[in-house]
Amino acid sequence: MSTVNELNTGKQANETVDFEEVEESEQFKSFMQNKKKFIIPYTIFFLIFYFLLPVLTSYTTFLNTPLVGDISWVWVFAFAQFVMTWVLCTIYVKKAASFDNQADQIIKDQMHNGGESS
Amino acid sequence: MSPTVIILFLIIVSLTLVITYWASKRTQTTGDFYTAGGGLTGFQNGLAISGDYLSAASFLGIAGSIALFGFDGFFYSIGFLIAYLVVLFLVAEPLRNLGKYTIADMINARFDAKKVRGAAALSTITISIFYMIAQLVGAGALIQLLFDIPYSGAVLIVGVMMTIYVLFGGMIATSWVQIVKAVLLMAGMVVISFLVLLHFNFNIGAMFSEVKTATSHGADYLSPGLKYTDSLGTISLMLALVLGTAGLPHILMRFFTVKDAKTARSSVVTATWIIGIFYVLTLFLGFGAAIFVGESTITEANPGGNMAAPLLAEAIGGEFLFAFISAVAFATILAVVAGLVLSGASAFAHDLYGQIIKKGKASDQQQMLAARYAALAVSVLSIVLSLFAQYLNVAFLVSLAFCIAASANLPVILYTVYWKRFNTAGAVTAMLSGLFSALILVSMSPSVFSPVEGAALFVGDPIFPLTNPALVSVPIGFLGGYLGTIFSKESDVKRYAEVKVKANTGYRETGS
Repeated sequence: MSTVNELNTGKQANETVDFEEVEESEQFKSFMQNKKKFIIPYTIFFLIFYFLLPVLTSYTTFLNTPLVGDISWVWVFAFAQFVMTWVLCTIYVKKAASFDNQADQIIKDQMHNGGESS
Repeated sequence: MSPTVIILFLIIVSLTLVITYWASKRTQTTGDFYTAGGGLTGFQNGLAISGDYLSAASFLGIAGSIALFGFDGFFYSIGFLIAYLVVLFLVAEPLRNLGKYTIADMINARFDAKKVRGAAALSTITISIFYMIAQLVGAGALIQLLFDIPYSGAVLIVGVMMTIYVLFGGMIATSWVQIVKAVLLMAGMVVISFLVLLHFNFNIGAMFSEVKTATSHGADYLSPGLKYTDSLGTISLMLALVLGTAGLPHILMRFFTVKDAKTARSSVVTATWIIGIFYVLTLFLGFGAAIFVGESTITEANPGGNMAAPLLAEAIGGEFLFAFISAVAFATILAVVAGLVLSGASAFAHDLYGQIIKKGKASDQQQMLAARYAALAVSVLSIVLSLFAQYLNVAFLVSLAFCIAASANLPVILYTVYWKRFNTAGAVTAMLSGLFSALILVSMSPSVFSPVEGAALFVGDPIFPLTNPALVSVPIGFLGGYLGTIFSKESDVKRYAEVKVKANTGYRETGS
């Protein structure tokens, strides 16, 4: 990426980076903790929200109650799935930007010799 | 057939051939051939992902399903879209950070074993071929109807076209054909939806009221349960749809056509918006077809409802719109099969030939030649299989591909990135148990055995009740990987540390 990085060869990078040491570092651990705290709850949420639709339509009929005119709740719930996807997408991108910064910081601090962030 | 249809077809086909010619001048290395040299921008790649994903099954199939079955047709749209959250949250970035050309590369970042690479290549090739047969069978039926030529001739035309794109243009041509097609397809969808809504003065409630009386189903049309009456079957299908995408090789391969994980992420976001809008519009197409074309005309043209969208275009937009939509549908099929050929060919040439047979010592030129031969072989094989598969249900083939992807590829991808103890034995057992349980369960399912003669391949009672076995085969894939791992003592903590750090930070050694 930068000229400084290009001066280092792959072999050197292999020798200088101890991945176990990086993995054990407080900086990396807290980074992973932040990531987990974000990804796991959101993933559980969208999977439950998604499977709620076929489960409710298969085992109950209350979603067939009309809401406005001939549009029933099931269509509203179906459309809510689309809105949920777009909202979560946007939230993820915002959050990922802060993860990028943390990741770059880790590369800068722990793997200063050789290598590039890509 | 009218001259307008022929002229529009020729224009769109020549446009794609010009792209291929231009791309062939740019395809010099294997990197260009497999991944367009990793040089696409996030937005371009997002369009190409949409182009890859919005296959004939989405465009023709879902519009037809909604037209015939109302809400139940919409289930597919929802499942296909939410699948992108699984891709974005769990798979896209680690995959881009670890891999080079194929899924096997990514798994090999952790395990060097040839058997792991071989198993990954096997599942990639199986999924690609099933998916491709589905597209080719659908394409054959469409071209047969439009041009009034025999099915075998129609399959051959599509087959030869896709082979040309891939052979000469590689990933660069395939990507640009996808991009052009995604733009044309969205334009067509927006125009048709606009015309449908115009009829109701943009009052969606009025459209719902109209469709309620337009079909033979009456008010039931607007409620779930017309098509999917089996509760566990519905849930199993939804499971295959939401998890399958994150294991589909031709979609995952798209993350290697950009320069880094950030661009991969932004391309998933672009794709999610485009695909989401597309699937919202399928609703207007389906309802529009039910109202303006009518059930009997739709099923007369094709019992599966596959002609609903083109017929609607004709009913509300006249011959020109019909010609445009048909030509776009043709381009859609070509673009998708080209992407599939490429992912199958890369598994053959890069994984089996380059890494296993030549032990990674093949020169760039040898690999490129092998990739082109492999593309040819994959094309010929799927054309021949499609000629025999004329009467197979297209939706069954597509859902089978999704099911294999979810059962064989997804467990191993997740374990590789997220599970410390995971090892070589586990990777092999995860892929093989997922792959074979999906295949075996489908071969015993109602899609293959039916007591009614002619309804399925064989006459007889199905041994396994679910049409789509994902509810059973996905857990088997995960369980297979778990058991394979704990029964083998091998474990490489040091290597996992490297994979974990690289997958999460995007760190790469220079020169590698």
